Amino acid sequence: MKKAKEIVVISGKGGTGKTTITASLAGIMTDKVIVDADVDAANLYILLRPQNIRGTDFTGKGLAEIDRDLCVHCGLCKELCRFFAIEIVDGDYRVDPFSCDGCGLCKIVCPVQAVTIEEQVVGKWFSADTEFGAFVYARLIPGAENSGNLVTMVKEQAKQKAAAGNIPTILIDGPPGIGCPVISAVSGADFALIVTEPTYSGISDLRRVFDLTAHFGIKSGIVINRCDINPGNTTAIETFAREKGIPVLAGIPHSRCIMDEISESRLPARKCKELSRQIENIYEHIKTELLNE
Amino acid sequence: MYIAVASGKGGTGKTLVSTSLALCAGECAYVDLDVEEPNGYIFLKPVIEKEIRCELPVPQIDEQVCTFCGECAKACAYNALMVMKQLKKTLFFADLCHSCGACAYVCPVKNALKEVKRTIGKISTGKTGTVKFIEGRLDVGRPSGVPLIACIINDFLDINDLLIVDASPGTSCPVVESLKKSDYVILVTEPTPFGLHDLELTIEIVKELGKEAGIIINKDNGRSALIEDFAARAGIPVLLKIPYSMDIQRAYSEGIPLIEAQPGIKEKFKEILKKLTAGIGQ
Ligand code: SF4
Ligand code: SF4
Repeated sequence: MKKAKEIVVISGKGGTGKTTITASLAGIMTDKVIVDADVDAANLYILLRPQNIRGTDFTGKGLAEIDRDLCVHCGLCKELCRFFAIEIVDGDYRVDPFSCDGCGLCKIVCPVQAVTIEEQVVGKWFSADTEFGAFVYARLIPGAENSGNLVTMVKEQAKQKAAAGNIPTILIDGPPGIGCPVISAVSGADFALIVTEPTYSGISDLRRVFDLTAHFGIKSGIVINRCDINPGNTTAIETFAREKGIPVLAGIPHSRCIMDEISESRLPARKCKELSRQIENIYEHIKTELLNE
Repeated sequence: MYIAVASGKGGTGKTLVSTSLALCAGECAYVDLDVEEPNGYIFLKPVIEKEIRCELPVPQIDEQVCTFCGECAKACAYNALMVMKQLKKTLFFADLCHSCGACAYVCPVKNALKEVKRTIGKISTGKTGTVKFIEGRLDVGRPSGVPLIACIINDFLDINDLLIVDASPGTSCPVVESLKKSDYVILVTEPTPFGLHDLELTIEIVKELGKEAGIIINKDNGRSALIEDFAARAGIPVLLKIPYSMDIQRAYSEGIPLIEAQPGIKEKFKEILKKLTAGIGQ
């Protein structure tokens, strides 16, 4: 059994239409497992309407706790903690859960073993069915850490599903930004679809996210969403793409239809003809790219 | 006063709002803590006066001195170190390291492990008119912006300033870091199911941190009461609605601040600022 090919949709900047594009691709691609790796703000389910949802807790990051009966107030943990997570409240040493990184240095230095590190449930991952195929997604408890690890986890689950069902492709809706969740989402991917928009912010973020895919040696292609809001900037993106030798796969004009369909939580590629035509093109290109590997 | 402008979902207009708020405030500091994608500079066009690299300590092992006892690797909660006793080799995975210092603390051999500095990003400071400008920019390939955000908050902000902070998007650790010290949180969202979903998550954090908050609805199409209904239920005030308009979108795409594209909105921003700053110390 060959390893399933991974297609990841990323954007750098949020709000460029990444989830809309992923959902539309999911609507026409054959035989795939769909993953929402934007675990901070998992939105794909709104359009895919999953059923048969099975959820599992995800534990990560430890959290220190100080037993006040054992603590002798030596202050060593507070002095050495690099996350400034130990505070004195009413004369007692306490751990601020929002600052604690779970490194465990306090436990190591404590002379009376008053510190324990407890693993925390930081989120939940879900496996479900949709009319477009199997779907794996996750939800991070707001404010929790380790979203990179949760991303790795949902991808791992998707790979197992793909292997078990002999499914050749995995389609991943990636997180925004360039930090650890994105790094986890793109690592091991076969193709990165970068969704951008012709705004100065969009271009600035496109450069950074392209650097990231180049850093990891991943083939990519660009989709310019709302390409007609600023033709000058659209040309600038095309020039950038040419310089870097990456193809521009589609330019999707701004459309009332897409906005209306999204606000009704419907898959816009069904009703919006221009979008569905462009999505077909993108899919054709990705198929050829993956065959040429 | 520290006003954080946040949004669960990216691209809802967080930077659009925070840059214009800063320009309306007269004297203030605009702080870009969206370190993965800092874009405020596009609208504020600041003159940069200083650039400082943000560095973190990471371990460096001298294999001539190291006894390969493995204590450092055992202490590391993030699996950033590997010690191979037989091969007499150590491996350090810099991207996994959180710079906690546990390895350096436990190493029993003198001079075997020392901490050296590794750059994770850059902090730029400057000015645009009467607005101070402070920006954090994470280096591409670095996993976490949190230490960079913490460094700016701890060392670069003057708490006597009116601080308008462009917080990180999302709902995980970077956003918590940028909201922790805030006096008020402005949540920017859009009236779509995506916007609502992410707003709900962000409000959980805001509540957990015990912060006061208000909502600005961007790209309001005048037809959907999705966000307003939710705000009423959650008991959070809607501070402003910015209409959906092609003109604003176009201005945004050119890096033109909202208050220049829609001068009428200036008064509304000033009102919001007045209300918030009057609320200090209550
Ligand atoms: S703790 Fe010190 S001596 Fe032991 S393996 Fe690590 S660096 Fe080497
Ligand atoms: S500093 Fe902390 S995270 Fe980094 S290698 Fe040492 S023990 Fe691990």
